[in-house]
Formats: sequence, C-alpha cells, structure tokens
Amino acid sequence: MTDKAAEKRKEQLSYAFGFGYALLLTVPLFASVAFDWIDRSTLLWITGIAAILQIVVHFRFFLHIRLKGQTKEDLQLILFTTLVMGVMGLGTIWVIFNLMSRM
Amino acid sequence: MSTTRHPGLNLGPHHGKADDTAEVEVFGFWVFMMSDAIIFGLLMATYVVMSGNLNGGPGPRELFELRPVFIETMLLLFSSLTFGFAQIGMKYHPHPARMIIWLLVSIALALIFVGMEVNDFITMAGKGGVPQASGFLSSFYALVPLHGIHVTAACIWAFAILGQIAVYGLDDEVKTGMLRLGILWHFLDIVWIGIFSIVYIGGLA
Repeated sequence: MTDKAAEKRKEQLSYAFGFGYALLLTVPLFASVAFDWIDRSTLLWITGIAAILQIVVHFRFFLHIRLKGQTKEDLQLILFTTLVMGVMGLGTIWVIFNLMSRM
Repeated sequence: MSTTRHPGLNLGPHHGKADDTAEVEVFGFWVFMMSDAIIFGLLMATYVVMSGNLNGGPGPRELFELRPVFIETMLLLFSSLTFGFAQIGMKYHPHPARMIIWLLVSIALALIFVGMEVNDFITMAGKGGVPQASGFLSSFYALVPLHGIHVTAACIWAFAILGQIAVYGLDDEVKTGMLRLGILWHFLDIVWIGIFSIVYIGGLA
C-alpha cells in the first residue's frame, strides 16, 4: 500500500513538474511581447527554441514518453512524424519563399 | 524505471485486463494522433507561407490581442494538469468521484478556452478580419478554428465518458477510453504551443 502511495505521489509530481516547466517556458515569452523587452528577430528565435523545449516537456511529463523502456514504438513514431513534418513543412516554406524572392 | 506500455499514464498491473487492452488501443490511437499532427504541421507551414499576403486587409497587429491569447494558453495548460489528476484519480481510487471532479474541472477550463477563442474570432470579424479578406486570414481560419473544433470534440468525448460512468460504472472500457482521451487532451495542448508561438507571438512580436 505504501508502495502504491509512493508511486501515486511520483506521478502527481511528474504532472506538477511538467506544469512548472511549461509555465517557465511560456510566461516570460508573453511578458517580453507585452513589454517589448527584446527586438523582434531575437524574440522569434527564443520563441522557436522555447516552443521546441516545451513540446519536449509535454511529451516527457504529460505523455510519459521516455528514451528507453517502452514496449511499443511510441518514440519512433514521434521522430518519424517530426521527420515527415520537417520535410514537407520546412520544404514548403523553403520552396515557396525561394519562389517569392525570384518573382 | 519500470517499462511503460503506452503513451500517457499507464494503469499498471493491478488493473488487469484494462491495462492489457490499453497497450494495443492506446498505441493505435497514438498512430492516429501522429497523423493529425502532420495535418496541423502542414497547416502551420501554409500559414507561415501566407502570413505576409494581406491583400490590403487588416494584419496581425490590428487583429490579434495578446491578453486573451495568454489567458487561453494558461487555461489549456491548467486543463492538461487537471486531466492528469483525473487519470491519477482513476488509477488509484476504485470509486470514480475524484476522477469525475477533476474531469469536470478539465472540461470547464477547455470550454472557457473555446468560448474565449470564439469571442476572439468575433472581435476579429468586427475589424474586417474575415476568412475571405486575404490569404493570411484564410490560412489563419484554416488552422486556429480547426484546433478549437478539436478541443470542442474532446469535451463532447469527455461528456460521453461521464455518461458511460453513469450507466456502466468505472469498467474496463471506460478506463481505456479515458486513457485515449488523455492522449488527445495533452496532444491538443502541444498543438496550441505551435499555434501561439507561430501565429500569435510571431504576429505580435
């Protein structure tokens, strides 16, 4: 029974940590947009990095995706989806903006 | 570290058959969610390509407001946390009371999110920001309301689960349904990270 209580506490903490990290990666971004702390291009780079970090945080703490110890190919599916999205999404952006700059 | 059988909270061996069926069912749902992720990813790429094409209409700075978007972001993040608590309640308590309370809190937060988002769209339309005004707005209305519809559908599913509990009690089907809904719930929060970063912060920075 105490084992179960410890496991429950650990799982609650996992969600609480995920929530805390997500707050840390969100609130400063919105604040710097609202109060104009940093210039646009720097802020966009920071936003991009913070978004990727926060997506990793959500996968790790809310969806419990880990690097090891899964019975099915959950992580491989995420990586494959990321690859497909990268090729098609970034490919679209690259090709179209290249076309625009030539017109 | 114990092995995890599927994404999201695992019920663990003391749930017996529900834990066994969850492994296959949640994996199948995970595959579906990843295909949904590609749809959202490509709509985001479309938005990035179209975002400069204003056609003389209103742009992001005239149409977007930071404060409601920040509140919406917090609502979704809080509902991810409370949904986690609902699942933990289901895992450790045979009686569904805790799970139902946290699930209702999650639904309430998500419905406030949808309401605020609809209000944003109405405000935008009042300023001339309608889908047919420009390429920027067409791609905006293809992306952001699609996420809102997903959140609404997730709420309907959550009400269906509450109905199933009322009729059948907390049985194996309800448990695995709750695990799959959890995947959708957290996934929608992840999509929102992309939307607020690209659309709103990208538009207002």
